[in-house]
Amino acid sequence: MNIFVCIKQVPATSKVEVDETTGVLKRAGVKSKMNPYDLFALETALRLKEQAGGKVTVGTMGPPQAEAIIREAYMMGADEGYVFSDRRLGGADVLATSYTLSQAIRTIGDFDLILCGKQTTDGDTAQVGPAIAEHLNIPHAAWVSRVTPRQGGIEAEQQLQDVVETVLLPFPCLLTLEQDICTPRLPSMKKRRETKNQPVTVFGLDAFMDRDPDNYGLSGSPTQVERIFPPASDIKQEMLTQGDLAKQLHDKLKDWKFI
Amino acid sequence: MAQLVVIPRKCTSCGQCVAACPFGAIDMPDKAEINAACKMCGICEKTCPEKAIVRLETKAKSVDKQAWRDILVFCEMSEGRLHPVGMELIGKAHELAASTGYQVDALLMGSSCQQAAEELTHYGVRHVYVYDDPALDFFRAEVFAACAEDVIRKVKPSVVLVGATALGRSLAPRLSTRFRTGLTADCTQLELKESSDLVQIRPAFGGNIMAQIVTPYTRPQFATVRYKVMDAPKRREEAGGDILPMKLPKKAVSQVQLVDKHQVPKAANISDADILVVGGRGLKKESDLEMVKELAALLGGEYAVSRPLVEKGWDTNARQIGLSGRTVKPKLIITCGVSGAIQFTACMEAAERIVAINADPNAPIFRVAHVGIVGDVYDIVPRLIADIKREKSQYAGV
Ligand SMILES: Cc1cc2nc3c(=O)[nH]c(=O)nc-3n(C[C@H](O)[C@H](O)[C@H](O)COP(=O)(O)OP(=O)(O)OC[C@H]3O[C@@H](n4cnc5c(N)ncnc54)[C@H](O)[C@@H]3O)c2cc1C
Ligand SMILES: Nc1ncnc2c1ncn2[C@@H]1O[C@H](COP(=O)(O)O)[C@@H](O)[C@H]1O
Repeated sequence: MNIFVCIKQVPATSKVEVDETTGVLKRAGVKSKMNPYDLFALETALRLKEQAGGKVTVGTMGPPQAEAIIREAYMMGADEGYVFSDRRLGGADVLATSYTLSQAIRTIGDFDLILCGKQTTDGDTAQVGPAIAEHLNIPHAAWVSRVTPRQGGIEAEQQLQDVVETVLLPFPCLLTLEQDICTPRLPSMKKRRETKNQPVTVFGLDAFMDRDPDNYGLSGSPTQVERIFPPASDIKQEMLTQGDLAKQLHDKLKDWKFI
Repeated sequence: MAQLVVIPRKCTSCGQCVAACPFGAIDMPDKAEINAACKMCGICEKTCPEKAIVRLETKAKSVDKQAWRDILVFCEMSEGRLHPVGMELIGKAHELAASTGYQVDALLMGSSCQQAAEELTHYGVRHVYVYDDPALDFFRAEVFAACAEDVIRKVKPSVVLVGATALGRSLAPRLSTRFRTGLTADCTQLELKESSDLVQIRPAFGGNIMAQIVTPYTRPQFATVRYKVMDAPKRREEAGGDILPMKLPKKAVSQVQLVDKHQVPKAANISDADILVVGGRGLKKESDLEMVKELAALLGGEYAVSRPLVEKGWDTNARQIGLSGRTVKPKLIITCGVSGAIQFTACMEAAERIVAINADPNAPIFRVAHVGIVGDVYDIVPRLIADIKREKSQYAGV
């Protein structure tokens, strides 16, 4: 099974700075890590390879330093890794990000299965995965909590509102994975040594079939951030700080007829 | 806009495409190359035995916004019933439509959904477009997307609203991508400008920040909105609007097969509870969650948790309030040891009464709380439980 896993580098804290005028994340100087949800996608890929054979390729769109998460993926057992990095790819929204990744996937080769995390902790849209599937014109299942390899395809449990639907998808296809699907392994020291000199391929726009910069980055993004602002709070408030707080709360609940 | 391109690595220079192309648009210096004579007929794509020629869709340039009008609301069927988020979105769509003179239409996809379609006519929509077909009995994003695409091409809505359910969030990105347009996830506020640009506001970037997002050059404008964020309109006794049965489009095919379908055991649904008591990281150990559960039970409500407790494995995601959990809008919510990060408060601040217990007077939760109690959860909650119990037993004694 030839598997491609989309992974992304995200800020290691939930407090990140945003450029007030462009609405673009300021990434410099902020510590980064692999998007925690992508670990489940990578682990699933590694297990499928162990079960059914094949190869695991990882790729990320991001700045050159995103190489760090490719190295981390090598330490977990990924076979090959790519960083798609180019100034013209910056500022991408869902459409431009998914388009870039679909171009990259097409350029690298034939994959049976493409795996994504269910969402990122910075963009947090959960939309990039299904959008890649649409660009590639292949079927997808989202919120998948279990996978079983089958002849020529993969069986996936997709979690919907009140039901779980198990579907059989023919290759090639894309899945986005829930976090309870498995427990990701830790990067291994042995693998760290073994993969120290393993190359990470860096691609820019020129490696793609579609080299029109208008389709990428900020200019290929139909959505625009107009404004960012702190959330408002305009409610009548009362603070209780002294006395018997439990009793005061009890009285309030009685006033409101909850007791 | 689309383009046909050759993947050089796959091309074996067999020449079949050159022979097949009716426009002489393919050269073969070494590998196949498509030249400017290409009319995008796609015959080469079908001819190539190596699948080395592919069609690339690219973004449409700025569209004529006047050609796209009205608001289409996707109404999800969940196990034979209408998911209530659909009605909430119809309510919001009416508000948006008021300033622009737009109409509100509904889109329904499923199998045996006649009754649901009739129900929708009680919410003041103009048309209910219905794709009722056994092929829509289970969820395949491509098949649903093909139907939605079909109606969107016919109706040309300016705005398409989709509930941010598991199904909606799987479907919407396929659709927005198909139309090479924008999609904004999990909007908490929507407004329509006179220019017909939809102002979409959502919490973003993991910090204490709201982002206002527009889709100025493309149509339709897609937005997903969570359940319980908008208000459903009152059901009207009188039905109105037409039900328009639609034919399943030819494109609505997929090789994805259903293997099994089963109900998720009905876990307590925190989204539907009127009263919620929430435990946060202020709780020191797992067993401390018991007092939160006990208080919830005494008040006749449910308990819920913040994300760190789910990460510690103390409870499941189904009990989690917040952006990566559920949105809630109860009559009463009592938070115990929750700091009130935006990812949490964005999904509970619509509650009618918010009580927050937190030891830190500067905790951001106090910005949204109606009653803020600066104190120790371990002191207040057990005594409150004891008080309520004492009172209950007094009544029982009478
Ligand atoms: C993309 C993204 C999505 C997220 N989604 C969610 C989500 O869905 N839900 C969610 O909850 N979070 C989410 N988060 C995390 C969120 O940012 C916060 O980290 C989280 O909500 C904090 O949980 P907490 O308030 O329980 O813990 P903390 O922030 O650690 O707060 C604990 C509070 O308890 C108080 N306290 C401690 N001891 C006591 C005591 N004895 N008595 C009274 N008070 C006490 C402290 O003063 C403190 O304010 C998300 C983050 C990101 C980046
Ligand atoms: N820049 C990126 N590079 C690689 N993969 C990405 C990128 N952005 C998003 N993804 C993938 O898409 C998933 C969903 O991301 P999002 O839509 O941002 O929540 C992630 O879990 C990743 O698997």
